[in-house]
Amino acid sequence: MNIVVCIKQVPDTTEIKINPATGTLIRDGVPSIINPDDKAGLELALRMKDLHDAHVTVITMGPPQADNALREALAMGVDDAIHLTDRKFAGADTLATSHALAGALRNLTFDLIITGRQAIDGDTAQVGPQIAEHLDIAQVSYLRKLDYDGKRTFTIERSIEDGYEILETEAPCLVTVLSDAFQARYMTVKGIMEAYAKEVKVWGFNEIEVKEEDLGLKGSPTKVHKAFSRGVKAAGELYELDTDEAVGTIISKLKEKFII
Amino acid sequence: MENSTYKGVYVFAEQRNGEIQKVALELVGKARDLAADLKEKVYAILLGHNIAGQAQMLIEHGADVVICADAPELESYLTEPYTQAMCHIIDLHKPDILLIGATTTGRDLGPRVSARVATGLTADCTKLEIGEDKHLLMTRPAFGGNLMATIVCKEHRPQMSTVRPGVMQSLEADTQRQGEIIMVDVPFATQKFKVRLVKSVKEKTSKIDISEAKILISAGRGMGCCDGLNLVKELAETLDAQVSASRAVVDCGLVGHDQQVGQTGKTVRPDLYFAAGISGAIQHLAGMEESGYIVAINKDKYAPIFQVADLGIVGDARQIIKKLNDRLKN
Repeated sequence: MNIVVCIKQVPDTTEIKINPATGTLIRDGVPSIINPDDKAGLELALRMKDLHDAHVTVITMGPPQADNALREALAMGVDDAIHLTDRKFAGADTLATSHALAGALRNLTFDLIITGRQAIDGDTAQVGPQIAEHLDIAQVSYLRKLDYDGKRTFTIERSIEDGYEILETEAPCLVTVLSDAFQARYMTVKGIMEAYAKEVKVWGFNEIEVKEEDLGLKGSPTKVHKAFSRGVKAAGELYELDTDEAVGTIISKLKEKFII
Repeated sequence: MENSTYKGVYVFAEQRNGEIQKVALELVGKARDLAADLKEKVYAILLGHNIAGQAQMLIEHGADVVICADAPELESYLTEPYTQAMCHIIDLHKPDILLIGATTTGRDLGPRVSARVATGLTADCTKLEIGEDKHLLMTRPAFGGNLMATIVCKEHRPQMSTVRPGVMQSLEADTQRQGEIIMVDVPFATQKFKVRLVKSVKEKTSKIDISEAKILISAGRGMGCCDGLNLVKELAETLDAQVSASRAVVDCGLVGHDQQVGQTGKTVRPDLYFAAGISGAIQHLAGMEESGYIVAINKDKYAPIFQVADLGIVGDARQIIKKLNDRLKN
């Protein structure tokens, strides 16, 4: 069985702080990480490798520094890594991103494609299903459990708002994975040593099967019209009081607002 | 693409087990505003089996036309049959705008449809309005809510957007309202149906959905462990409120994930949001800052929660809540 995991390198948003004076983000020195849902996807792939002897390839699209994310995946135990990078990919929205990734996936043999449900910097949850559509394969999103019968059939638990669904499908298919479903393993020392010795394939536009007009800014139906800092909401009242006074203030405000 | 042939504001009217979801009514409500600005109609797309009886409810909440595909293939949500039905209707009716609830269904369906009809999709919009040139302006948070981006999709139709439950407001039902119901037969390509639903399992969740609560008492790390949470529960009981929590409290297992407020939890906008010992990570603020009135207690006077609070108290949340409980009882 061949598995391809799509990952994204993202800024660790839990480390992003707000400048209280200006209300803007402080991004300096924010570390980059493998997107949490994608990391769970890597873990799922590696469990399939342990159980079913799957061959696992990891792929990412991003600037040169995304190489670090691929090295981390290699150190966790994946077999091959591909780095999609080209100026022609820049400025892509989710649709153009999914075209580039689908173009690369057409070069590979796969029974299962795994992506994270969504990335913490964008939260769109769109790229996975869009890749599945371009490749004309089935998708199951919000996966929290996967069983494989060793032949072709996957049995999948899909999380929904008030419970879960049990779905069945055959390879090839694409699944999107929830971060809390699979606790990612640590890199091993041996893995880290080997990760930097391994070759990461670097592919650009010329190496993949995709139309140029579907890529990058040009291939993006959605465009940013404007971006703005939300700014600080009109300041409310802030009091430093002793406990009794604080309680009194809260009660009188709640009365004023007809809550009590 | 000739955009002017695309008309009307369409809403995917999600139903589960034959029940129209609240988010669908919220989107119909929003679609009325947009349609008024464009001088166009509101269309609700209703997919399911033995479902046509629900169409009137969509009309009562603001739809002018309900386009209904009623077929056994659409009994329960599955990506491929629903995508085929949506794409068939898009082909037939050429919507200018298509709104979808950002539920597990909508976030599975939306991207698949957008890729099939080759248009843009903007996720989790918090504001939708019509711009001067009649394009849809879709505003959404980025980086957990502090940065906002307004997105446009000028050259492709439909302009698609998903919106989380609880973000828009539904209109009061008007039982006198009249509308048109159009039944559609979808020519399904069943050879493309590759996924089978074996069963759907309900899991125990708290009785009340926090996104529907009028008052939320929300516990953060500053409330400490079990006894702190009990203080919050006591206050909630006194005020006839529900308990919610920040991610930190959910992560330590004291409160279920369905009670988590924030980017990875739920978006809430109660009349009163009472943040007890919550510092206010931007992911948390994104989920609650639209609340009517926000009271926050935190011992760090620089805590970001105070930037959105209407009433901020610098102090020990545990002591203050304890005393507040005592005072409210007497």
